[in-house]
Amino acid sequence: MHCDPPLLRALHDIARRAAHRTAPPGACPACGGAAGLGGVLADRVDGTVVRHGGAVAKAHAAGTDEQEHRLRIGVAAHPLLDGILLPPLPADATPATPEGRPVTAWPYGVPVDPRDPDAAPWEETARLLARLHQVTPVALPGPLPGMRGPAKVTLAVARMRAVGERPGTDAVEAAWRALPPWARGEAPAPEGRPTALCHGDLHLGQLVRHPAPDGPWLLIDVDDLGLGDPAWDLARPAAWFAAGLLPSAIWARFLDAYRAAGGPAVPADGDPWPRLDVPARALTVQTAALAFAKSAAEGRTPDDVEHVMIDTCARIASLRTELDAPASS
Amino acid sequence: MQCPKCHAAMHTYNRNGVQIEQCSGCRGIFLDYGELEALTRLESQWAQQAPPAPPAPPAPQAYPAAPAAPAWGAPQHGHGHHGGGHYRQRGFGRMLFSS
Repeated sequence: MHCDPPLLRALHDIARRAAHRTAPPGACPACGGAAGLGGVLADRVDGTVVRHGGAVAKAHAAGTDEQEHRLRIGVAAHPLLDGILLPPLPADATPATPEGRPVTAWPYGVPVDPRDPDAAPWEETARLLARLHQVTPVALPGPLPGMRGPAKVTLAVARMRAVGERPGTDAVEAAWRALPPWARGEAPAPEGRPTALCHGDLHLGQLVRHPAPDGPWLLIDVDDLGLGDPAWDLARPAAWFAAGLLPSAIWARFLDAYRAAGGPAVPADGDPWPRLDVPARALTVQTAALAFAKSAAEGRTPDDVEHVMIDTCARIASLRTELDAPASS
Repeated sequence: MQCPKCHAAMHTYNRNGVQIEQCSGCRGIFLDYGELEALTRLESQWAQQAPPAPPAPPAPQAYPAAPAAPAWGAPQHGHGHHGGGHYRQRGFGRMLFSS
């Protein structure tokens, strides 16, 4: 947690003003003192979110590119994304925090319950991604920025390096070195990989039901959205499956729903791994690197779930060594 | 010849054209060079010629054939249920929600 009281107060003011456009103070349940309708929903370096009743205000990461940010918010508001991305609420002007972090206002939606694995909307997530990936980019405000997935791998490895060498960081480094430059954000994706509008940071925290409490599921958080290889959006579940964290039956449900909805990231039949391999390895590296950064920040060693991803990096690294050996001899 | 383990006498048998020595005492078996490979070859030929096994009971609907996995994947792939422990206990709530 960051905990910057003036920032949280400023965000709460913006959320309250946004909420009161549809629910005036007299009718606003959050103002009426109803419990659980306000407060800090997230407070991280890459985003602080505060709720008041039917609205939330988000302060985006410091260093957010203003031009790209405006385009991404424009995409979320575009009618072509209706039913796919949660649209923003109209803001007073373009508010920003005193440090210059841009601020946006959104309707409140109900997130996925982390305590209820059986209720997780895997098929809905897959169908939303398939629809997102089939949006015609030229019809959107542009020039659209690149999807930030590969850049985030590099940022995660930098955060790992900042906490210093630990048992297992060498495996993550080796798996990182085995990635092609495009998957580290150092080069454009090679010809032949499909290009589509991508979310760029998909996980189960990136969906809400709107209108609350039982409207349809929508994708949220456009901070990493842009053009890129759509396989990246499947790569986190793919990495969890490959690591053994996500049961194969759930992975199969997710992949089948994506294919049935016409998603272009993988071929309609056959082995999807030629497309998924590089992005899934990249997400494994990213997750393991962040496990070191987060556990160090919390003054502990990586836990069992984090170790699964670190061990997967070790397998990636040893396999690459075997594959690379004949070429180097 | 004598058994290297219990020193009892070993008898030679012919099994599908492969000579094997078996100890009359401890029943241990001695294979000459190349005989293990010959047995393996015979076994695979048998497996190919064997009539189809009786149909396996149908898999439960929720667990169809295991999906493809990469070579670097977790070793226990291929059994629909694996991963469930981590998934339910901790993985779902933490790993699957963080970026």
